[in-house]
Amino acid sequence: MPHINLPEGLQGIRAAMAFRPETAKPLNELAEVLLHAPNSLTPGERELIATYVSLQNDCYFCQTVHGAIAAAHLDGDEQLVKCVKADFWSADISGKLKALLVIAGKVQKGGKYVTAADVEAARNVGATDIEIHDAVLIAAAFCMYNRYVDGLDTWQPRDEELYLQRGRKTAKEGYVTMSKEYLPQDSRL
Amino acid sequence: MPHIALPEQLPGISSAFAFRPETAKPMRELAHVLLHEPNSLSQGERELIATYVSSLNDCYFCQTSHGAAAACHLGTTETVRQVHADFQQAPISEKLKRLLVIAGQVQRGGKQVSRSAVDAAREVGATDTEVHDAVLIAAAFCMYNRYVDGLATLQPQDETMYAQMGAHLAREGYRTPSIRPTSEESHPS
Repeated sequence: MPHINLPEGLQGIRAAMAFRPETAKPLNELAEVLLHAPNSLTPGERELIATYVSLQNDCYFCQTVHGAIAAAHLDGDEQLVKCVKADFWSADISGKLKALLVIAGKVQKGGKYVTAADVEAARNVGATDIEIHDAVLIAAAFCMYNRYVDGLDTWQPRDEELYLQRGRKTAKEGYVTMSKEYLPQDSRL
Repeated sequence: MPHIALPEQLPGISSAFAFRPETAKPMRELAHVLLHEPNSLSQGERELIATYVSSLNDCYFCQTSHGAAAACHLGTTETVRQVHADFQQAPISEKLKRLLVIAGQVQRGGKQVSRSAVDAAREVGATDTEVHDAVLIAAAFCMYNRYVDGLATLQPQDETMYAQMGAHLAREGYRTPSIRPTSEESHPS
């Protein structure tokens, strides 16, 4: 049972966001820019970073839903998402994404763990400053989202099919549009 | 030196915000709602939660700037110092002490938040929104702190600068930059 009286019937972060729409708005806008808006890293690559960090933080809801969104962006390749979670070094992803996942893993442990050598390694395989920035901020942001979801003890049903369905829809629509499913519709927000 | 080419002459998160205005916008808005907009927890209390979590995450820039904002709201630096040293002995409400316990648990990880800590906060009058906000402030500073340190932003040891930033944050909140480049043309604020 959640630690506070969250709206019933909403899973994970949706319940927390519906409880407090004022903070939900910037939280969804941040996810939209970081994960969904066009960028040199594909949405699939950015969702893999989010999934990987959520796994490190042991957040079931976030790793499962973002894993599903990643798979939807990657032509339904759930196997690739599983490989990245199990051992990204042996996964069929670019050297650049591997180097960015190293940086993301350091950020998850703490900002000061990121070394100049990690950043240099990413740059050597073609990562731009914006891509490094975004890898750092995606990882940092999921250290927030994961703590928010678990810190309120939100309802996180173990129902893979639910997450896969939602993943396909979120991959298409993005975070701000999807939020209309569960946020009160109020023109002031 | 920062890990990426951030705008020079801007310290801490200000340089990262200037580098990527698209993500700065929702991050500013989130801080503004959580820390500045009217709420049953005072602005000073909420800034103390932000300062405390930033000190647990060992982020110099965030703990110093938010400590300065807290001091402005509270009219004294002494309480900020005491909360930093040992909040259980500080001259703050019992409710805030118990919310700081929850914030400290969130800093370690979302699953560390215990039912007994939430019950303890509720026993001294904490509402669901206050518990929610304590959790989200703590989670958000696990993001901001990692962002600031993960990019190795410039963090000058300059008490006057932080006092000025704190005064701006306490007065204006977070929607506008609290610090601007000094050597270029300066705009009257």
